[in-house]
Amino acid sequence: MLAEIGQFALILALVTALAQAVLPMVGAARGDAALMAFGRTAAQLQALLIGAAFLILMACFARSDFSVALVADHSALSQPFAYKLAATWGNHEGSMVLWVLILALFGAGIAVYGDNLRPSLQARVLSVQAMIGVAFLAFSLFTSNPFARLDIVPPDGTELNPLLQDPGLVFHPPLLYLGYVGFSVAFSFAAAALIEGRVDAAWARWMRPWVLASWICLTCGIALGSFWAYYELGWGGWWFWDPVENASLMPWLLGTALLHSAIVTEKRQALSSWTILLSILAFSLSLIGTFLVRSGILTSVHAFAVDPARGVFILAMIVGATGGALTLFAIRAPAMRSGAMFGGVSREAGLTLNNLFLMAVTAVVFLGTFYPVIMEAVSTDKISVGPPYYNLVFVPLMIPLLLLVSAGPLLDWKRDTLRSVAEKLKWPAVITLALFAGLTLGLGWRNASAAFGFALAAWLVLGAGLILARRWRAGSRDPWRQVRTTPPAVIGMVLAHAGLGVTVAGVTAMSVFATSKILVMQPGETAELGTLKVTLKDIAAANGPNYSAVQAYFSVDDGGSIRALKSERRFYPISRNQTTEAGIGGGVMGNAYVAIGEPQQGPKGQGIVVRIYHHPLVGWIWFGFLMMAVGGSASLSDRRFRVGAPARRALPPLTAPGMVAAE
Amino acid sequence: MRRLAFALLVLAAPVHAVQPDEMLADPGLEARARTISQELRCVVCQNQDIDSSDAPLARDLRILVRERLTKGDSDTAAMDYIVARYGHFVLLKPPVEPATWLLWLGPFAVLGLGGAALAYWSRGRRPVDAAPLSDAERRELATLGDSGDSR
Amino acid sequence: MKRLLFAVPVAAFIALVTVFGLGLTKDPSKLPSQLIDRPLPVFALPGIAAINPESGGFASTVFRGQPALINVFASWCSACPPEHPMLGRIKAEGVPVYGIAWKDKPADTRDWLAKLGNPYTAIAADESGRTAIDLGVTGAPESFIVDKAGRVRYKVVGAITPEIWDATLKPLIAKLRTEA
Repeated sequence: MLAEIGQFALILALVTALAQAVLPMVGAARGDAALMAFGRTAAQLQALLIGAAFLILMACFARSDFSVALVADHSALSQPFAYKLAATWGNHEGSMVLWVLILALFGAGIAVYGDNLRPSLQARVLSVQAMIGVAFLAFSLFTSNPFARLDIVPPDGTELNPLLQDPGLVFHPPLLYLGYVGFSVAFSFAAAALIEGRVDAAWARWMRPWVLASWICLTCGIALGSFWAYYELGWGGWWFWDPVENASLMPWLLGTALLHSAIVTEKRQALSSWTILLSILAFSLSLIGTFLVRSGILTSVHAFAVDPARGVFILAMIVGATGGALTLFAIRAPAMRSGAMFGGVSREAGLTLNNLFLMAVTAVVFLGTFYPVIMEAVSTDKISVGPPYYNLVFVPLMIPLLLLVSAGPLLDWKRDTLRSVAEKLKWPAVITLALFAGLTLGLGWRNASAAFGFALAAWLVLGAGLILARRWRAGSRDPWRQVRTTPPAVIGMVLAHAGLGVTVAGVTAMSVFATSKILVMQPGETAELGTLKVTLKDIAAANGPNYSAVQAYFSVDDGGSIRALKSERRFYPISRNQTTEAGIGGGVMGNAYVAIGEPQQGPKGQGIVVRIYHHPLVGWIWFGFLMMAVGGSASLSDRRFRVGAPARRALPPLTAPGMVAAE
Repeated sequence: MRRLAFALLVLAAPVHAVQPDEMLADPGLEARARTISQELRCVVCQNQDIDSSDAPLARDLRILVRERLTKGDSDTAAMDYIVARYGHFVLLKPPVEPATWLLWLGPFAVLGLGGAALAYWSRGRRPVDAAPLSDAERRELATLGDSGDSR
Repeated sequence: MKRLLFAVPVAAFIALVTVFGLGLTKDPSKLPSQLIDRPLPVFALPGIAAINPESGGFASTVFRGQPALINVFASWCSACPPEHPMLGRIKAEGVPVYGIAWKDKPADTRDWLAKLGNPYTAIAADESGRTAIDLGVTGAPESFIVDKAGRVRYKVVGAITPEIWDATLKPLIAKLRTEA
């Protein structure tokens, strides 16, 4: 009964979304306030209905109701309760419901907090948002029904994939989805603006917090996914250039570009067509990421063969959303007012260059991910694109972008000169170059690339610090006041840019100085890797709630500090799957990472395969991402996102010429 | 279905990967073998190199690469040996040929064409752009809460 | 001019969708064989004594004078049993069917064939998997059509279905028989 109620709620949500897609749009065209207001009611109702459906699905999982096919396929009686709940979104059908739920919640957010939006714009945004909702609710109901029943109820389920039975699963997919779906708001705003034929500062200001919030979630989701892969996959890789990872990286890169171009649109009303185009593309890549890649068509058309309806539906949705929006762009965008002028050297120009490089970098990921499919169409030869390609093409395009990051925020709006920027950046440049020279001498010519990477990291951190230093020094009469009045948005940018530097340092150390050793060890044996001395203390068998495990206990001596590590191999009997739980210990300077394999005959007799890795500065990679996310959150808390459109307020008087933009 | 939802994890359990009993005694040769294995795709897996794959075929190929190196093959010769059997598909770094020019040069073309468009656009506009920020513009920026350093 | 510029994104998108559509009609999991129209790699594999003591396996040199089919199989392969009756039919239609047991223990192969029947003209064991690598095999079952001159002319990845046999392999073998 419960499952049927859930299904009914989804059907009602579809009907609501249909009405929400049509009526407010008509209302906005006719200037009918009642029809426009209907959009707000419908958006909230839709969110309630989908929320109910999601909770009901979760209840089915919590009660282990194996008469629901999805529960029988992805849960089991012995599965820990937390993973029974998390299994709700640990599968295709359930994750679709989560997807539409987040979409509807964003819609409801626009309805509730959009009081200071132009009513016609709000109505159109909600209408476009509902169109996306209709497509996905229909997809869910007609091709991936989460509430489908089984004729014969099995006594137990077939368990959630053990790799997904991990705390990471609880947060990783929802965060990624918040990011992906959040870009739908930018998309809806872009489509609505194209229909209205009007883009102004208020539009950009309204859209930017949504983009920022999505970007923060995506940043956290990507970092968490990377960390999860690091500890769960058993060999310490943190990024694999796998199509699924790339699918999250592309919207992140374009989202980053969008954040920056929206600044220009908000502050100077320039680049508005470009911002609109980026909004469309960022969401399109999210769609492609969620569906094309996950549907498996990159690796096998069998996904289509097994269920052609699903594949055709996905393609039709992408063609409809992206094709439709881009057509609208081609027709309406040329007529829109082009923005304010700016010089070849200016903050606007810097942000434009940032966008240009981010586009090029996105093109690397896009071509790398999809070229095998493109190749199928144009040639009989088949190719693969893997990490060596990305290293060769991604890195050279990232370097100029990273160099630019420290210069951009120091540029003046509208017009600046190279000489003035060079003057401002003199000290960071000198320190960076000195560091590069020193590191090259210290680490040797062979590691010049590492020296360059670390210098680049320093450049980013110094550049970020310089923004604060200049701001706080400018008002020397009362430095504390300067510190106190620094807008959160500035702090946010400083944190994000410095975080990028921290990540660059971690990536550099990991790609140049990570070491490993693979050997057969017997209890009592000690292996050395650089300064690490790893002793296998004991091997024991253990049982978990729904698995049996082999546990190996190690003691790791890193230059005097001794630490105990436990490494596990788990076997899940229901799904006949194995997982590794690596033993990881370390700190700021790096990790010791120990994973065990199968028993094997070694030179000294029967032992167990042990992989020992030393990962210098690996934590910096994720810490940098965390800084970016915290920076984004600081920026999001800036009060200007909570106040109305600027045009309606009186302009404040100019204060001292030296500190115009301080508040 | 699980595969659809979280294919990242379908990299499978690569605990197996390269095994101690496969490794060569000569550290120089072994290091070369590891590098080569990381550039060869496991043909039966999704986008995984043979060095980290647990597929039996990947293990056979790892051993084969080591055999070729021990017999005195150069790195290229060892890779060509595999390519002769499985085609360009096994190379994680695709060859540069007319059919892959778009792959290799596309991103730089985006940069170049975008840069050219930008240069063209800004050159057409520069004459009208002589004035720095006016006071009114400054005030407007101030209300917008400038997110950076400006004087 | 400006209007054209704004139409670039949608034009690029249409081009991309077209290319994707073309690419998606093909199966990316199927690798083209590097051996097509090239001589079979040289091999000489031992037989499986328990099955037919008189046969000492076979070598790449037996493929002369008439077209034949090489079938790579294994007792551990789950897609192989459904293909089995098809191999019997092919042999009954007068085409020699050579079986290579890939990475399989001879005893396992023997038991498996004892259960399902032996449709093969001759069987050889490739325990090390080396010959399979030379043939570019990625999984079992895979089959090769070899012509009178010992050149590989066609490769089937996965099980041979009646449709594949009737529509592709049978006409191909008929054509190969007429070749000089």
